Amino acid sequence: MKTANKTVTATRLVQDALDKAHEFEDYNIFTFLDEKGALEKAAEIDAKIAAGEKVGRLAGVPFAIKDNFLAPFGDTTASAHILQGFPSPITATAVAKLEAEGAIPIGRTNLDAFAHGSSTENSYFGPTLNSHDRERVAGGSSGGSAVAVALNIVEFATGTDTGGSIRQPASFNGVYGLKPTYGCISRYGVVAMASSTDCIGFFTKTPDDMDLLMEIASGKDSKDLTTLDDYYNNNKIANVNKIGVIKDFDNDSVDPEIREALKNKCEALKSKGYEIVELEMPALKYALAAYYIIVPAEIASNLSRYDGVRYGFRSENSKGLNELYANTRDEGFMPENKRRIMIGNFVLSSGFYDAYFLKAAKVRTLIIKEYAAAFLKCDFILTPVAPNPAFKLGEKVNDPVAMYLEDMMSVSLNLAGVPGLAIPAGETKNGLPIGLQLVGPRRSDKALIEFSKVLEEA
Amino acid sequence: MEVESDTILHLAELSNFSVSDDERMSLKKDLGEILKYISQLDTIDVTDVEPTYQVFEMENVWRDDEILEQEATREDLLALTHEQKDNQIKVPKVL
Repeated sequence: MKTANKTVTATRLVQDALDKAHEFEDYNIFTFLDEKGALEKAAEIDAKIAAGEKVGRLAGVPFAIKDNFLAPFGDTTASAHILQGFPSPITATAVAKLEAEGAIPIGRTNLDAFAHGSSTENSYFGPTLNSHDRERVAGGSSGGSAVAVALNIVEFATGTDTGGSIRQPASFNGVYGLKPTYGCISRYGVVAMASSTDCIGFFTKTPDDMDLLMEIASGKDSKDLTTLDDYYNNNKIANVNKIGVIKDFDNDSVDPEIREALKNKCEALKSKGYEIVELEMPALKYALAAYYIIVPAEIASNLSRYDGVRYGFRSENSKGLNELYANTRDEGFMPENKRRIMIGNFVLSSGFYDAYFLKAAKVRTLIIKEYAAAFLKCDFILTPVAPNPAFKLGEKVNDPVAMYLEDMMSVSLNLAGVPGLAIPAGETKNGLPIGLQLVGPRRSDKALIEFSKVLEEA
Repeated sequence: MEVESDTILHLAELSNFSVSDDERMSLKKDLGEILKYISQLDTIDVTDVEPTYQVFEMENVWRDDEILEQEATREDLLALTHEQKDNQIKVPKVL
């Protein structure tokens, strides 16, 4: 990516990004643009460059943050009414690390409220339009970030991936999107959705950019005790010979053009000397059901903190404290937030816990074992990201289960904690981007990114 | 899966929000379909399988019992609330 220097200043890079953001205003990408703050930060970098001082590896690079990252500019809303009026006093570790290297956040991007969704249509601020077809969805939940990168407004953007929220919008817009190994990047200062699956990651235009961002953002953080020891930069690049494909996904539930794209990549890999290994992973077909038990349960718990008392939106005219809680939550959450909270409380409630939550936790074990067994037979797995390319706005918004099915091939990675990289793999006849995901064992993030360059050429 | 109106009201109560009559009807339908979907786990045998609740590789993470430096001050945090008095957050009457 282009960094600032004496001739191309940070101010110029940031101003260009802001101009583009305005040019594409009707795509509804940003929930907040920090024009003044971004230009001030750019001027500081330019002054350093002019004075011959050392600047970071991302000096003057404009980027966007998904609006569920806390940082002291604008409100951190998570695209939810209930968080409007929450100017965060703290900065997420991931954002702080990027800024320490000179990157400049120009704004906050739209998402499904609290990252609950696969199209960005569940946002309190309305949907973001797809970068390739304005009648179609951006994907979700990190739709705004994906489109901001795809339309070249910014060099990169942050996202969160709880069940596919980086990879699916990346595939819908033709950019790279990484969900790292669980615990790789600190989640301090990011709005929690489901703590056992939430991951921070990025959208970029190239694998090299992704690698650089991972070098900077990954690592142990004393403010997030679920971060793994620093391993990313010490990761040996494995010798990759065998690529697995999952037979259980090769059926009519996946769009024929996506299956074709996967087949073509496999053929190209074969001709380069790689071995393609067919895998049977029968537990994966239960991953989505297990996910939509485990994740709502964690959502019900994590979202119980929003009560209108300490920060964010508070409902007016409540007579007592209980009414204030109930009214605030009633008015502040989107319908999908409510559905997930209620399902979560259902599967956790006495009488249903064993049949739903406990059973899903056991299915999770089977999925983890299937991945472990698969990685004995192959180095990486290549699968579609989603069963279809970007769908029409409004097509699934009133059918929660149809929307959930979008995640059928992405959620198992989150349940198992393994990394996945969405890579662009051509377009459909109608010009919609197709994405494939490269899946590896835990801690193979760097090798995945490296191998994606082979796929790019294939 | 059929979801009773009483179940919706009970879940709304557990979730701490009120549900209007219109909402109750759509929730009955939507939650019914979601429950039907997730109930397919009935068909998988998990006898003798241990549950997994987290995929972090360590059991306990300890740190020294010392207060870490905080980024946000008391004033910063109080400034986020709607009403405050004497360094306390003010809410409607409880009793």
